[in-house]
Amino acid sequence: MQEQDLSKNNFEQCIKCTICTAYCPVVQVNPSYPGPKQAGPDGERFRLRNPFFYDENLKYCMNCKRCENACPSGVRIADIIHTARMNYSHSKPTLRDWILANTDFMGKVARPVAPIVNAVVGTKPAKAAMDAVLGVDRHRTFPKYRFSGFEGWLRRKAPDQSKFARQVAFFHGCSTEYQHPEVGRAFVRVMNALGYGVQLIDEQCCGVAMISNGLWNQARSHARHNVEAFRKTDLPIVTTASTCTFTMRDEYQEILGVDVSVVRDRIVLVEKFIYSLLDQGRVRLAFREDFKARVAYHIPCHMEKLGWSIFTRELLGMIPGLELTVLDSGCCGMAGTYGFKKENYAYSQEIGRPLFERIKLLDPDYVTSECDTCKWQIEMSTGVEVRNPILLLEEALDLEKTAELNR
Amino acid sequence: MNRQEYDVIIIGGGITGAGTARDCSLRGLKVLLIERKDIADGATGRNHGLLHSGARYAVTDSESARECIEENMILKKIARHCVDDTTGFFISLPEDDLSFQATFVERCRQAGITAEIIDPKEALRLEPAANPALIGAVRVPDGSVDPFRLTSSNLVDARLHGTDVLLYTEVTGFIIENGTVVGVMTLDTRSGEKGEYRGRITVNAAGIWGHGIAALAGVNVGMFPAKGALLIFAHRVADIVLNRCRKPANADILVPGETVSIIGTTSTRIPFEECDHMQVTPEEVNLLVSEGAKLAPVLESTRILRAYAGVRPLVASDSDPSGRSISRGIVLLDHETRDGLKGFVTITGGKLMTYRLMAEKATDLVCQKLGIDAKCVTRTTPLPGSESSSIEEAAGKIWASPTTAQKATVGRLGDNAGLIPMDDAYSQSLVCECEEVTVGEVNSAIKHLNVNNLVDIRRRTRVGMGTCQGELCGCRAAGLLARAHGCTRKARGDLKHFMRERWKGMYPIAWGDTLREGEYSQWVYSEVLGLNEE
Repeated sequence: MQEQDLSKNNFEQCIKCTICTAYCPVVQVNPSYPGPKQAGPDGERFRLRNPFFYDENLKYCMNCKRCENACPSGVRIADIIHTARMNYSHSKPTLRDWILANTDFMGKVARPVAPIVNAVVGTKPAKAAMDAVLGVDRHRTFPKYRFSGFEGWLRRKAPDQSKFARQVAFFHGCSTEYQHPEVGRAFVRVMNALGYGVQLIDEQCCGVAMISNGLWNQARSHARHNVEAFRKTDLPIVTTASTCTFTMRDEYQEILGVDVSVVRDRIVLVEKFIYSLLDQGRVRLAFREDFKARVAYHIPCHMEKLGWSIFTRELLGMIPGLELTVLDSGCCGMAGTYGFKKENYAYSQEIGRPLFERIKLLDPDYVTSECDTCKWQIEMSTGVEVRNPILLLEEALDLEKTAELNR
Repeated sequence: MNRQEYDVIIIGGGITGAGTARDCSLRGLKVLLIERKDIADGATGRNHGLLHSGARYAVTDSESARECIEENMILKKIARHCVDDTTGFFISLPEDDLSFQATFVERCRQAGITAEIIDPKEALRLEPAANPALIGAVRVPDGSVDPFRLTSSNLVDARLHGTDVLLYTEVTGFIIENGTVVGVMTLDTRSGEKGEYRGRITVNAAGIWGHGIAALAGVNVGMFPAKGALLIFAHRVADIVLNRCRKPANADILVPGETVSIIGTTSTRIPFEECDHMQVTPEEVNLLVSEGAKLAPVLESTRILRAYAGVRPLVASDSDPSGRSISRGIVLLDHETRDGLKGFVTITGGKLMTYRLMAEKATDLVCQKLGIDAKCVTRTTPLPGSESSSIEEAAGKIWASPTTAQKATVGRLGDNAGLIPMDDAYSQSLVCECEEVTVGEVNSAIKHLNVNNLVDIRRRTRVGMGTCQGELCGCRAAGLLARAHGCTRKARGDLKHFMRERWKGMYPIAWGDTLREGEYSQWVYSEVLGLNEE
């Protein structure tokens, strides 16, 4: 008799109920994609027989993880698909893929000449050229690079972080450093008001874009670097970006095979971190009385996978004057660098369409979302501004009063 | 009353009958093949699907070993789409006597089998699923073979050469005139219609059921049914056939077959009445899992899909009818010289592996009796579909960039996949998702491969052989069958039978994921599709 009741081979736990395929955003718009069940557990049996059975259409998987959320049998479908891409794909990353994947390198290069880069990539000829030469879709609007980044601001404008009795380490990620430093600034101000000092870590890009673009070795090297950097501190590693958080907690281990067990529990999104502090009665919040906003919350796919959107919802729900609508859960279609690619652009828009229509109908003051690539997609496709929840919190809080409460 | 007279009537649609039909028809004979159920329904479809190198018999039965290696090399050329050239290891574990290895290698070489001793570390590198405790390994040219496909391919070729095939037709008696068998009486088990067919020679190739067939003709063939139970694991845990390097024993062969792994077998004498109703017992399951795990420990935690059992047709030697001295070799009986009954020949014993040789011997005898001088060509004539040397090559000839389903079809049909209509979206859509079988392939099987029911479709296409065991594909295939035969009621009955047959194999190992899937399947069919209402 077998001792284990359930197979140790995760893909064998699939009972072919096909719920994953019903929840897959890609399969509904792109008939070339076999769908998570075929691409994952079903395809795996064939690939084990002979790698010839690998299907290059697995590249259409966005790694949104909605299949895994839907699966009642605990099959790590998207992990199976990505591991198969890693082990069997014959297609090599292109120059375009390399550029899209290396978000931190491109940020460093673009920053000194940010105004020029922003102006140039926004022009029609440049877009046409990138479309033709690189395969970056011409319809895409690019996030703007900033002249000065978040880390520089912190060193210049908020140098005395060590004076706080309690400390957190902040993993800010690439987009906070190069495109949206205001998110980092808001994080520091809120944390300071709660009585926490903010320490930087020797971080590298989490590597999610390298994973999705097939730069496996580079991604693994980033993963090892970050885990090593996290080990050097015992502070909580707090983040503002859902995808970086999810990637470091889950993908390092499951796809890249980098052991994160010793640091995993310390990696936490700021909304969950603050909510836990409130729940334990360790901090208190004071809100402005004049704050008013109609906000729609778009839950990013990786927030769904983390299962943490409840904390953001509860936290935003505490804000008086904030009228919150939680949007029906659905992928925006961007999936990081996926929506930039010419071959995916139309699918990417088609996937997000129900979400865009709903937002346009609601016409809120802001959409809020923890993911910056969701932000780029939604802003481009609806014209509504998307703000990270920490920005809303910063704006709604009476920071001075909060600081007094937590002194 | 059928007036046509055949040169040969062959009884039995297993691999022996199919191979003999092919050989006879290639030699220009007019052949009728009669099978009481479906092709490959008996022992042919209920074994490991091991393409023996002969190494297993090298020490105990050198004649069988020699036959195996010769046929092994022939099948690798003529049945490439049915064969997976995996190679095999004979591993020695700490409890095994390593000195056996030297004898084993020596005897293999004497039989003409390449046997190469491999360093244990290297063996584990080549096959990481093998027991890491192994102390010795020998590499031999074992492989795996799909018995359904092999039978089907032989019959396809036989039919191309004029063979008539009657399935679901039972032989109920012989027409004997002047001490000569001149024909058979039959019963169509579907319609109840009786028939008579005349042939100059009748060949009994009915496996274990040949015992009863011989009795109908009034002669005795002393057979003993020996049951062998096997388990199918849900994926390919090893890429190389794993054997124990010791005298043949229970559950000591693990074969990677297509997308699954098969461990077996046991050996138990059973009464004839049980041959048509075999159950795998919990003791057999336990033995197979625990012994199997010694070859590949991962079997302890791998999902089991099914348990099944086949019957070996063991034949008592004529000099010792008690059955104490059993031959596992090929047995060709000329009942004219043996029993004074002309026009009747029995071909039995042997193995899946040596079917072609059995067919050759039987056909030689038939030709001799008919006074026909025609040489056997099956040693070198490829079966239909076997032209390309690999799936990659065959697929590349048909499609520029094949889909997984198209690749899977090539994996089953070889070059013949090009004959399947798979160009539009409908014919490319999947009936069986686990084994990637398309509407085009199923429809083509229904049209060209003598399909009567859903189980027949499974034998010809692998529909229902994957992890879902019919959950998703059963109803779809039933729909196609209903459309093709113009009868929904029969297809619905077939579907019920098909699902019961799938459950029969799951029942002995129904725990864990297989049980969950079985329950889900049962819910779909009884509650959603209302199959229990009738």
